[in-house]
Amino acid sequence: MRSVRRLLREPLGVFGLALVLLVIFGAIFADLLTSWDPTRINPRDRFLGPSTDHLLGTDQLGRDLFARVLHGGRIALYVALVSTAISLAIGIVLGLIAGYGPRWLDNLLILLFDAMKSFPTVMLALALVTITGPSLTAVIVVVILVNVPGYARIVRTQTIAIKTSEFVTAAQSMGASTTRILRVHIMPNVIGPLVILASMDIPVVIAIEAGMSFLGLGVRPPTPSWGSILNDGFGQIRETPWIAIAGGLPIIITTLGFTFLGETLRDVFDPRLKGR
Amino acid sequence: MSTLSISGLNVYFSTEDGPLHALKDVGFDVPERRIVGIVGESGCGKSTLINAILGLLADNGDIRSGEIVFEGMRDLTKLSARGMQDLRGLRISTVFQDPMGALNPVLSVGRQMTNIQYRSGQSHSEKVARAIEMLKLVRIPDAENALARYPHQFSGGMKQRIAIAMALMMEPALLIADEPTTALDATLEVTTIELLKDLQEKIGCSVLFISHHLGVIAELCDDVVVMYAGEVVERGTVRDVFQRPSHPYTRRLLECDPARQTQRTRVLPTIPGEIPDLRARPAGCVFAARCLDRHDGCDQHQPERSVSGGHAVRCNLVGSRQTQGEQA
Amino acid sequence: MSGSPILSVRDVQVSFPVGGLTTRSAILGVAGVSFDVHRGETFALVGESGSGKTTLARAINGLQHVSDGSITFDGERIDVLGKSGMKQIRRRMSMMFQDPVGSLSPRMTVGDLVTEPFRIHGTEGRNLRDEANRLLTLVGLPADFASRYPHQLSGGQARRVGVARAIALNPSLIIADEPTAGLDVSVQGEVLNLLNELRERLGLAMVIITHNLHVVHHVADRMAVMYLGRFVETGETEAVFAAPRHPYTAALLSANPEPDPDRAHDRITLPAEVPSLLSRPLGCEFHTRCPWAQSICTTAQPPSGNVACHFPLEPGARPPSKKVPS
Repeated sequence: MRSVRRLLREPLGVFGLALVLLVIFGAIFADLLTSWDPTRINPRDRFLGPSTDHLLGTDQLGRDLFARVLHGGRIALYVALVSTAISLAIGIVLGLIAGYGPRWLDNLLILLFDAMKSFPTVMLALALVTITGPSLTAVIVVVILVNVPGYARIVRTQTIAIKTSEFVTAAQSMGASTTRILRVHIMPNVIGPLVILASMDIPVVIAIEAGMSFLGLGVRPPTPSWGSILNDGFGQIRETPWIAIAGGLPIIITTLGFTFLGETLRDVFDPRLKGR
Repeated sequence: MSTLSISGLNVYFSTEDGPLHALKDVGFDVPERRIVGIVGESGCGKSTLINAILGLLADNGDIRSGEIVFEGMRDLTKLSARGMQDLRGLRISTVFQDPMGALNPVLSVGRQMTNIQYRSGQSHSEKVARAIEMLKLVRIPDAENALARYPHQFSGGMKQRIAIAMALMMEPALLIADEPTTALDATLEVTTIELLKDLQEKIGCSVLFISHHLGVIAELCDDVVVMYAGEVVERGTVRDVFQRPSHPYTRRLLECDPARQTQRTRVLPTIPGEIPDLRARPAGCVFAARCLDRHDGCDQHQPERSVSGGHAVRCNLVGSRQTQGEQA
Repeated sequence: MSGSPILSVRDVQVSFPVGGLTTRSAILGVAGVSFDVHRGETFALVGESGSGKTTLARAINGLQHVSDGSITFDGERIDVLGKSGMKQIRRRMSMMFQDPVGSLSPRMTVGDLVTEPFRIHGTEGRNLRDEANRLLTLVGLPADFASRYPHQLSGGQARRVGVARAIALNPSLIIADEPTAGLDVSVQGEVLNLLNELRERLGLAMVIITHNLHVVHHVADRMAVMYLGRFVETGETEAVFAAPRHPYTAALLSANPEPDPDRAHDRITLPAEVPSLLSRPLGCEFHTRCPWAQSICTTAQPPSGNVACHFPLEPGARPPSKKVPS
């Protein structure tokens, strides 16, 4: 495919793709890459530095950090994919309705999006966790609430721009139903740029997950998460820096990988945006 | 001396599927105080040619060889970006199909018309007087008050006339007009063309006028250049080319013009086929694949042949036998 | 041309609201027009931008609300139909839009585009692939075009796809808005020839909307010239071309000359610009631009009929004196 070829010609894109593939590979084959159990406590092996046995060392409970990082990657990617997919689905539907529906509904939905958007993420997370208690689901819900308004707004703007174009009028003149017009004629034209945008949002999602877990609002111990590993190492960062590094490095790698990949994808698919 | 003299111009674009030879051996003159029309259908290279003259080729475009000599001394292909900038708007100005390309929607017309005189060294009131004078020349009613108005407050025809006024304000040596009347209604097109002709005479500039509308070219221009697939296939005075078209493409193009069909017909003439892929140009005549008079000689390189003084054609049939299909 | 007309438009008006909350008023985009189109006939609506021709076409197709008058299609009044009623009409009346490429959904293949009408109205056991082949062949495109996307087509090819889609359901009427807009002259001929051929082969009636009089000349049986939402002249195409009777028609005809530098172009130059619909001129609405206008034209409405003019032109009439356009 032409776009794939063009992507592979951009060094930054290839680099991003490699990082992303590395993270995905680690998450999928976590069990094959290490024999350590990420949750097993080993009081005798506390605070061991990196070695051939423990590639990234161990934490304050003697758990193997390499295993925890790999399994933490599963959590991070799971949250990123599930919440982004749900956000996209909700965002597209609401955006199409706002853009194509009657004016009053549009105004109402815009009000809703603005209200959602005006909530600071941390406040939202705290409020939600007070009600439900910390959990993976809470993280996903927070991410959805944060992402949906942005996606819906983009879809709405695109829909408004497209709905007066001649091919939509032509579909109306053929007698196409509203759902058909939205599904067949409008949606395929808004979805491409949106998916690229969402791929650039994935690092943000991963940061939210890590952040919430860091604050103890996300994944519950002993389940490994990059955020909680970082938190574990945070207290002893001077004495045993490898714990914080083990938690922080994968966040940096993933963020860079998805950002480079997303930006290159955007340029490849829409060269007009280049250098914006 | 010619205002603009183009010779042997070859422009390539690099694309993913290899180099695209967009202009091949293009050469013609725009003599002083004359209006030269360029005719051709989509894909003939009109816009590439304009961009090459203005130094505005896209990043992947490249002038491989040739000269574009302006006012007998400067080769525009060798001019620096800065030098080109100094020419544009001052010595060479442009009018495009959409007048809003030249007009800023958020500034009043008067503001824009005084702004573009920034290189004139005149006082503000002199600039305003000049702006009013130009608006009067392009027949904008109530020119004094028009200065305070914004572009959207004018009709399409008036906007295009204001754009023309702005283009000619600095009395350039060359005006490049790219389909300036295409977006206008037929009745407005007439007035705009008459106006352009008047102004050209008054200012004494040369005009390079690009249009697909043969009737407009015939009426406005002195000379005409017929382009097909990035090559000049025929050029000469309007009278020579339109009355004695010598390239088969020119003849067919003229036949296709519905205005020529004064008798009502149910089957209109067409030119079947497509322009060749410019990434794989034929070695011989570019029009050969669609030409009804095609023969073996067409596969060879076609140099420009002279029909009569100033009337030149890239077709090996010229001179070898009587061209057929001449229509009254 | 016998029997009842396929389309009958009577005193149709289309108004648009303008202004804000306090100064609400309406302008008439179409200000009362009537005409009939018979089976197998081509009727042309000619006018410049703002004449209301496209609005009228959209009103006939039910895309625009009709504020007054009636539209009857195949014996059924359609301006009062609801969405589902209109959907049934759309099987038999199709519309082609101006922009050859822009009227095609950019992410659909040509095959999907031409068979879209079947997907909307039910396939009735048809094989969509076969239908796509049949339609593409009918409009002179190779069958392997079915897998292409609109941006891979030239203007002429895209226009053929639009034609194929318009004839898919075997309609009795096609409304074509500027069928040659944006096409090179050599391609315009192809499209017009195709429309002529299909019309004869399929017995279609057509309404062609255009600003290009030469298109009308070769395609239409009858024509109407629109100005500010009204018909100023209607008649048999050949008669109108031979001797235009309304000054506006005459000006339009003279505005598109033969490409011959030696021919004296007796152009009729119209002074001034088209008036705004917000402030229609009194009397004859064309008087502000009419070279022949007299005092009665500024006060009294012209007689209704085939030529809406106080002083219809004699053949070959020239403007009384050349006014300088202001």
